[in-house]
Amino acid sequence: MTPVLIVFFVLAALAVLGAVTLIAARHPIHSALALIVVMVALAGLYLLQGAEFVAAVQIIVYGGAIMVLFVFVIMLLNAGEEERTSVSRIARIAGIPLALALSGFLAAAVLRFSQAAPQAPVAASSTRGLSLLLFREFVFPFELTSFLILVAILGALVLAQREN
Amino acid sequence: MNHIIDILLQHSFFVIALVKCALLLFIILTVLAYLSLFERKVLAHIQSRWGPYRVGPHGLLQPLADGLKFLFKEDPMPAGVDRFVFLLAPFLSLALALTSLAVIPFGPEPLRFTILGHTFVTSLGIVDLNIGLLVLFSITALGVYGVALAGWASNSKYPLLGGLRSSAQMMSYELALTMSVVGVILMAGSFNLREIVTAQEGRMFFGLLPRWNIIAGPFPQLIGFFCYFVAAIAETNRAPFDLPEAESELVAGFNTEYASFKFAMFFMGEYANMITVSCLATIMFFGGWTSPFPATWSFTHFIPSAILALLGIFLLIDGIRYETILGKLVLPGVGTVLCVLSGLLLFFAPVNAYIQGPFWFLSKVFVFIFFYVWMRGTLPRFRYDQLMAIGWKILLPLSIANVLLTSLGILKWGLR
Repeated sequence: MTPVLIVFFVLAALAVLGAVTLIAARHPIHSALALIVVMVALAGLYLLQGAEFVAAVQIIVYGGAIMVLFVFVIMLLNAGEEERTSVSRIARIAGIPLALALSGFLAAAVLRFSQAAPQAPVAASSTRGLSLLLFREFVFPFELTSFLILVAILGALVLAQREN
Repeated sequence: MNHIIDILLQHSFFVIALVKCALLLFIILTVLAYLSLFERKVLAHIQSRWGPYRVGPHGLLQPLADGLKFLFKEDPMPAGVDRFVFLLAPFLSLALALTSLAVIPFGPEPLRFTILGHTFVTSLGIVDLNIGLLVLFSITALGVYGVALAGWASNSKYPLLGGLRSSAQMMSYELALTMSVVGVILMAGSFNLREIVTAQEGRMFFGLLPRWNIIAGPFPQLIGFFCYFVAAIAETNRAPFDLPEAESELVAGFNTEYASFKFAMFFMGEYANMITVSCLATIMFFGGWTSPFPATWSFTHFIPSAILALLGIFLLIDGIRYETILGKLVLPGVGTVLCVLSGLLLFFAPVNAYIQGPFWFLSKVFVFIFFYVWMRGTLPRFRYDQLMAIGWKILLPLSIANVLLTSLGILKWGLR
């Protein structure tokens, strides 16, 4: 039981708990907070793999920008607590068995392929390696992604403009 | 007993880290309390009055009185609030602000001590991360939640709007904050805060000036420092950018419905953010723990003991003239202790050499905090649309221009 394994289990349990709370919480703000917990737990898992830059950027971008957008929307739309409706009958009968079957299939697939696949090269783990990859080999997708973001900004500008 | 000691020795890394955390927490909480007194005294003297004067000599026990007041006040919870989020928001604000102090290095040399025959070595500063700067920015990014959730959870119009305004302001200035630091990262070549400081060691200009990032290198980071400091003041919601907070003095704001200790947690979090930002400013632009004087001027090593001695003598002379017994006994007592400390420093040269780094670091941080309070007492605050315009239309383009010019400088003249 190495410390790395203990930390992995703690972070993974935190992520799973956050995801379950996300679904099961009645108030949307609680779901958003649970999603933030999931993001931070994932950042911890990235850190455990040695990807320091990705972990920090995960918190800054996902936890600090995207989730803030979610929280703002929930706050401004004043979404109240969800009503308790009756669950559909099929979900009540077949829900948990199907979920267990799905997890079983996923676990079997991961076990089978993790024994065969070699370790991925760690060229992109450090900040320097990541930046070299991003700006030399993958510079064309990088510029295309900036085009995408530009289109989104233009769309937001057009929508937010007041009509003359 | 021996078994416990063996377990502790086996995990000495974690035990030392825990002890350092507890010590830093204790020191920082005391500093926060006395920072509130410092702010009130300085503001008062700017406004030609005295400030807290009666509770203890020169108002020195005022933070204690304030703390007790906050603990014993009634703690109402308004109707219809979401209890979990209402309680979470001040806790999140304070916890994040205190966590960001973990990555700051306070001195260059590690501390070596021996207990029970075992020698331990730890660095001054809790952790030394290769992504220290990024971790600081991620904690700043998460700090927006404390304010936004506080405003929303209060179940009232004015806190909601105040909280939204404040969090929008924090998010806008986060961009300028992170961009203004990129010039420093380019010049130092790392996110590690210790490496950023060690890249600023040495002298330039015929040995007259220190090689601090604000005056040195291929492109002096003056614009970067200006953008960083202004963005930092806006980020910590301090004057002149404190419209969301000032509304709370007049009408409302995100902490309207918070009373007693939760309110105190918000303001401790704000002071802790101030301290973190000042520490970062000294590390990145002013050389951290490096002395402004050349290393050959060894008489400057006596500056800490000189300051301690002067303060001690002043307290001695001033305390005797007090009327109250507390002032007559406590102040000269503290003054004598300070004089003795200064004498001990002169006597034990290794200790004197060791504290030079932390002394310069803490003095520079103190100068920045004084600057913060000075600005609060002097400048009128910005209107909200002026505030957002400054963040997006002035600071962000300036910081991007700083990145461009720094990169051009590095390309043309190379580092150093």
